[in-house]
Amino acid sequence: MKYEAIVIGASAGGLDALKAIATQLPADFTLPIAVVLHLHRNTKNELIALLKREVRLTVKYAEDKEKLKHGCLYLAPPDYHLLMEDDRTLSLSVDEPVNYSRPSIDVLFESAADAFGKHVIGIILTGANSDGSLGLKRIKERGGTAIVENPQSAQYPEMPLAAIAATEADYILDVDEIAGKVGELLRLDICKTS
Amino acid sequence: MDYYDNDDNENLEVTLLLEAINAKYGYDFRSYARASIKRRIKHRMSVSGIKKITGVIERVIYDRPFFMELLGDFSISTTEMFRDPDFFQALRKTVFPAIQHLPFIKIWVAGCSTGEEVYSLAIILREEKLYDKTMIYATDYSEKSLATAKEGVYGIKPIKKYAANYIHAGGIQSFSDYFTAKTDTAVIDQSLRQNMVFSIHNLAADGVFGEMNLILCRNVLIYFNRELQDKVFGLFTESLEEGGYLCLGSKETIRLSAFSDNYDEVLKDEKIYRRNTTPVSDAKANDKPVVTPEFVTKGGELIRDVKAKMEELDHLLRGLPGKDAV
Repeated sequence: MKYEAIVIGASAGGLDALKAIATQLPADFTLPIAVVLHLHRNTKNELIALLKREVRLTVKYAEDKEKLKHGCLYLAPPDYHLLMEDDRTLSLSVDEPVNYSRPSIDVLFESAADAFGKHVIGIILTGANSDGSLGLKRIKERGGTAIVENPQSAQYPEMPLAAIAATEADYILDVDEIAGKVGELLRLDICKTS
Repeated sequence: MDYYDNDDNENLEVTLLLEAINAKYGYDFRSYARASIKRRIKHRMSVSGIKKITGVIERVIYDRPFFMELLGDFSISTTEMFRDPDFFQALRKTVFPAIQHLPFIKIWVAGCSTGEEVYSLAIILREEKLYDKTMIYATDYSEKSLATAKEGVYGIKPIKKYAANYIHAGGIQSFSDYFTAKTDTAVIDQSLRQNMVFSIHNLAADGVFGEMNLILCRNVLIYFNRELQDKVFGLFTESLEEGGYLCLGSKETIRLSAFSDNYDEVLKDEKIYRRNTTPVSDAKANDKPVVTPEFVTKGGELIRDVKAKMEELDHLLRGLPGKDAV
């Protein structure tokens, strides 16, 4: 199989966008998904519960040195960077914020590019900053696949626009088309639910 | 030239660089989690205009000041006062009541970085009227970080956040009582340093600190790979008194390690564990690092000083009346 992991970065408006994608994926989805979602402080606690209610994947905050499992959606814990290691584990860091953010999308994407090369799909969703654009660029440079949410339909276009400016995205899609495209890339049937 | 096409080379280069650093300077980063180390190497490359990691190896070997800069990059760690206020609240409410009967209390802050957590700890110990019979051993491998820690002078900017953390952590004074604000800096109340010892200690290479009642090592182990984490857990297990407490960062756990059985969980979310009476099996004990006076590392030389210092301080502590002073 070509792909081994998916990384997703989202900021303002990101929870809805992430839900739109994740709800379309089946419980036995064949890849691990790691997500950096910039959060407002007050949504941190309910986030997991909220996603768990609506998503069939296993949703959890990433634990240090956790082995990546398929069908799992790992969220970067608040106030930690999330990174992927060569040995298919996740690691965390409290290094300084990147792009004023911790977790930072660039940190996750760059480490995923290093660890997985062409076997990773990077997805940049709605957001009001430019975090993730350098990471997506790195993924492309290493032969991975870049998907960016269509800035025209994204709730906040800045982050998709910055990503598109930084590198040539393979696909620019409305948010509800993204899961389908991922399925197509994986030659998988994605269960469509509303 | 597109060097990203040579990713496997890059990993090889990182391995060689870490070997070179260990062989030349005795700092062992070989068991650190790679992704973060790589980010730091790349940061130094971009600052210094170096194109390949191989170039870093050359500079490291022939240019000591450059190595010191890289070492500085490796040891940067962001910390804050009362990070995770709930944890400090738990120390106050759960851990301190369980150790307050001790005639004296020995605490090791392992990987103390620039010291913010050490002072946070001293503040709550003082507020709980335990500080006068406590000795805090604060260690880090980075001389630079330790120098900052010892000085206790921090930027003024984050103070507002620290103050909020302090209140959330159950602080009973005004946080401003604990520092003097200057134009750009906040100078920590120097009297908080009375029962602190700062010393060089490298968790990756150095040995046991005996008879501790409480060990804090928060957000340090996430930088290590599983093998080194296990080794350090062995070190802590050896260093803790029976019934002593081990406190980890909110995303760290001893449960995946070989020493899991040696600890009871006290508070799951706060990652507070208590050393139980289960003996460490011989097999594991053999794997453990043992303190020897023949360290080749710089840290080793200094630890001998600190051991003497510890004995001296113990002596002083034992002379103190075993009551809650202040």
